[in-house]
Amino acid sequence: MTDITPNDARKASNNATTEAVKRSLARRNRKQLVLQGFGIGAIVIAFTVLFILVASLVRTGYTAFVQTHVTLDVYIDPAEISEEGLPRGGFRDVLTAAVLDNLPGADPEEDARGVRNILSNGAQFQLRDQIVEDPSLIGQTITLTVPLSDPFDQLNKGGVRRDTPEDQRRVDNQEMAWFDALDEAGIISTPFNIGLFTNADSRFPELAGLKGALVGSFWALLTCFLIAFPIGIGAAIYLEEFAPKNRLSDFIEVNINNLAAVPSVVFGLLALAVFIGWFGLPRSAPFVGGLTLALMTMPTIIIATRAALKAVPPSIREAALGVGASKHQVVFQHVLPLAMPGILTGTIIGLAQALGETAPLLLIGMNAFITSAPTSPFDAATALPTQIFIWADSPERGFTSRTSAAILVLLGFLVMMNGIAIYLRNKFERRW
Amino acid sequence: MNDMRLTERNMTDHKIKMQARGVDVFYGHDQAIKNVDVDIEDNTVTAFIGPSGCGKSTFLRCLNRMNDTIDVCRVTGDIRLDDEDIYDPQVDPVQLRAKVGMVFQKPNPFPKSIYDNVAYGPKIHGLATNKAELDEIVEKSLRRAAIWDEAKDRLDQPGTGLSGGQQQRLCIARAVATNPEVLLMDEPCSALDPIATAQVEELIDELRERFSVVIVTHSMQQAARVSQKTAFFHLGELVEYGETSQIFTNPQDTRTESYITGRIG
Amino acid sequence: MTLAPFVILLLAALVGYAINLRAARAIRYGGSRLHSLQGFHGLFSLLLVIVPVLTLILVWLAVEGGIINRILLSSLPDGVLDGLGSGAIQLIGAEIRSIAGGRVFGTPEDWKLEAAERLITYREISSWLLVGVVGAVSLGLIYFARSRVAAEFRARQRVETITLGLMVFCAVVAIFTTIGIIAALTFETIKFFQLVPITEFLFGTNWEPQIPIREDQIAAEGAFGAVPVFLGTIVIATVALFIAVPIGLLTAIYLNEFAPGRLRKIVKPVLEILAGVPTVVYGFFAILVVAPALRQFGESLGLDVASNTALAAGGVMGIMLIPFISSFADDALSAVPRSLRDGALALGATRGEMMLNVLFPAAIPGIVGGVLLAVSRAIGETMIVVMAAGLIAKMTINPLDSVTAVTVQIVTLLIGDTAFDNPKTLAAFALGMMLFIATLVINVFALRIVRKYREIYD
Repeated sequence: MTDITPNDARKASNNATTEAVKRSLARRNRKQLVLQGFGIGAIVIAFTVLFILVASLVRTGYTAFVQTHVTLDVYIDPAEISEEGLPRGGFRDVLTAAVLDNLPGADPEEDARGVRNILSNGAQFQLRDQIVEDPSLIGQTITLTVPLSDPFDQLNKGGVRRDTPEDQRRVDNQEMAWFDALDEAGIISTPFNIGLFTNADSRFPELAGLKGALVGSFWALLTCFLIAFPIGIGAAIYLEEFAPKNRLSDFIEVNINNLAAVPSVVFGLLALAVFIGWFGLPRSAPFVGGLTLALMTMPTIIIATRAALKAVPPSIREAALGVGASKHQVVFQHVLPLAMPGILTGTIIGLAQALGETAPLLLIGMNAFITSAPTSPFDAATALPTQIFIWADSPERGFTSRTSAAILVLLGFLVMMNGIAIYLRNKFERRW
Repeated sequence: MNDMRLTERNMTDHKIKMQARGVDVFYGHDQAIKNVDVDIEDNTVTAFIGPSGCGKSTFLRCLNRMNDTIDVCRVTGDIRLDDEDIYDPQVDPVQLRAKVGMVFQKPNPFPKSIYDNVAYGPKIHGLATNKAELDEIVEKSLRRAAIWDEAKDRLDQPGTGLSGGQQQRLCIARAVATNPEVLLMDEPCSALDPIATAQVEELIDELRERFSVVIVTHSMQQAARVSQKTAFFHLGELVEYGETSQIFTNPQDTRTESYITGRIG
Repeated sequence: MTLAPFVILLLAALVGYAINLRAARAIRYGGSRLHSLQGFHGLFSLLLVIVPVLTLILVWLAVEGGIINRILLSSLPDGVLDGLGSGAIQLIGAEIRSIAGGRVFGTPEDWKLEAAERLITYREISSWLLVGVVGAVSLGLIYFARSRVAAEFRARQRVETITLGLMVFCAVVAIFTTIGIIAALTFETIKFFQLVPITEFLFGTNWEPQIPIREDQIAAEGAFGAVPVFLGTIVIATVALFIAVPIGLLTAIYLNEFAPGRLRKIVKPVLEILAGVPTVVYGFFAILVVAPALRQFGESLGLDVASNTALAAGGVMGIMLIPFISSFADDALSAVPRSLRDGALALGATRGEMMLNVLFPAAIPGIVGGVLLAVSRAIGETMIVVMAAGLIAKMTINPLDSVTAVTVQIVTLLIGDTAFDNPKTLAAFALGMMLFIATLVINVFALRIVRKYREIYD
């Protein structure tokens, strides 16, 4: 044993190690803290942005969920509106007169034009429809609640600030006085904006609603689901359970992975050239939109389905094969049902992505200005995201808040769909 | 087995390097180690043996606080290195691990060059002030790990390109490069072939000159070949601890005897 | 009327199923032992009817419009189409169709009204013909399926062969989609390069694709030098990555190693929310909040900042990419074997050193793959740039300037009426081709890196 010399040398160098570590430790721990600090900073930035995003949408959007209305006693003057003349008639003048009744200070002749602009352009059509339906109202006085036009709506909601100089304000002092008079008369109300969900698009922000977009998105998603779901599952089952390991199945796999990463606008080009250009399908139709979205959603569904099939343990397959079931029977009667929750979760997530997809729908013309909701998937329509795009492009202040409101509605749907997916996953998740 | 060497070994008394008293380890609510007392001597190879799942590796990882990295793991009791409580809040695990090195079951060289693998420890701890010193440390460590001759011409090649046995010796070189006082080895040969195993075992015996070595092994022959002291663990308890020759020839506990003779395990 | 063939098909399939089921059951009750369960005999008939007839209906509906259109145009009175370009003829077709659909604008010529009448008749004939054909073929198939029912008939194997064929078809749809993309882009791009030389497109530095309003207008053909457009995309994507990569990586590093479990449980879903926000929302966010804020900030520094800067578009795009990069990096870090972590810690490395010197370098291949996929996303991202970037192509790399991007040009060139013989429309497809090629190359490369990386540590 010759451990005297090495041991002494060793003690010295051990001490040197200890000293060195001690010396460097504070600096090294500081370095680690800095790294952690950067990490926390990055997360804080991400959270802050999300917060600003949601906060700015809510701040600009919540006003669109209510709409300023005025309740008027309207005398249906037979001199203006006659039964024979329907559906034409002086509906607008009748309404203007009704407003003037509540504005004792205004001159019926000179101020008629200004007063008329207080009401939404849609008010006259509302009155017209009511009278066309029941002509016996002519000559009577009816009580009617109609929306105000956008500037006055904004004035009421605070979108137009009273302290801005008159020449920069969209509502002049005279108009402000009229509004205040109506308000004092207690006939201004701000109820929940049902029109946001029951009206289609309009040039007038106070009338514009999401019905067309909602119906359009519904048809598009339905088409997307009906096509992508069966084809996606079929492809996934084939690739996962039946496909021989050969060039073709490898090629299909590479294809699917790449399709999942192709930019969405390229799918729009495909749809425009092939579906509309070559097959002659109608432009702006939710059906074509759904078809396009289906091609984009399919890879997501295939990947999710394959993962779900893979998660079913081999013991189930072996058990079924062991009692003499054919490969098809094993897959369709045992494996597929067990994988279904996972498949549905993936499908819902895929559909949620499809619901928010905008670019391909723009290219096939689903950004058209259409004032009625589609009645079939082949009618021209918009979808929720394209409606957001249209409104975001419109200069009127009322459209800004409506854009935010539409986004909140869209996000609401997305949260709901993802919520369902998470619920399904938690409820049916099995640990094998 | 080489009985000649067994008897030759237990001659000198060594000072106690590490001392464990009443150590319990819990994983969540499960107790993995129950009330273990053990003394690790300097310049000695101490082997921990026992059936798999007996807690020998868990206990080994307590000695350099590697269990800290597992969230649910809780260690109580008293473990001292040179009479200093290593679980004292004042002690930084970083400092402790520089003194108590570790080699793992599977060779785990970093995906860097051989040189950088060995130089990593000295670099982070600031043990070398210049490149020449660092070169010297690397060479010395590789020599100590008996891999210098194989590695000296390929220091800039990735450590992952070496064979399994070479990788494990590289990991040993990496561990000794920081000049530790204790070297923990967690089944260091279980992933190696017999020839590589023999080389590593020979190396362990040499390392004893400078370090206190603790080795976990599932192979009793290996324990008998390389160690002077042996601790037998069973179901989280330290059943018996003593001179290797005595444990293998004259075990006091019936459980140890059953294990040695192959009735449990 | 569109629904009728589908209804007939459904009924025929059910009838066929029932007939074969009963027939098979009769054989079994007759005492013979069936090779296949009776249900398979029914399914055999069902599939035998549905698959060919459904194909027939879909093909019919797909080609019907084109054929009717051709017949209609050839039936128009002589002379009305003389001297008209294909675009004008298309317009006449569209006008006749809209008259037939009941939307009459102004007072169209009589021959158009007559043609509309004829169009309606053709359509009716076509749909009755379809119903007839569907009915006849279905009956024939039901009869054929029934004739195969026998004790020895291997109905199960037949059914399985058919379903296997269907599944192969489903899998091949992915290939067809790719082929469709490539074919559509190639055709239109070739047409474009017949009008505009490819060298001008690839190397020209002047991009003014407006349609001429008057014949004698200067630059009446428009200029199609796409370099400034490519440059704009690169500038915006660079800004985006400058924001997304550091924030994404630091987030991943913190979450992977340092974050307490509870924080991780909160942060991960929030990042998933960020990832799930549709891009049109980010676009609106850019014009509503980010662009005005940047403008104000620039003004306070005395800088003149455009309202649609590359910085605003790229910045918001960067935010969109943060969760993408962080989740990729998190996965890559988690894929590094635990033994490397342990090895570094056992040497006395701090967790920070372990992360920066060992884990992160070991995970770099996976992280690079993720960043490449993010690059491909950034150059393909459309809505944010359409809403927040500019329309005018400028040769600039100043992020405070207004620049345009490939996807912006594709969308603006194609929004509104599109005719397929106009260089303006075709230019969009050429740009789309460039975009597709660029993203494809990056994706293939990135997916290969990621896959290789997984193999190393599996």
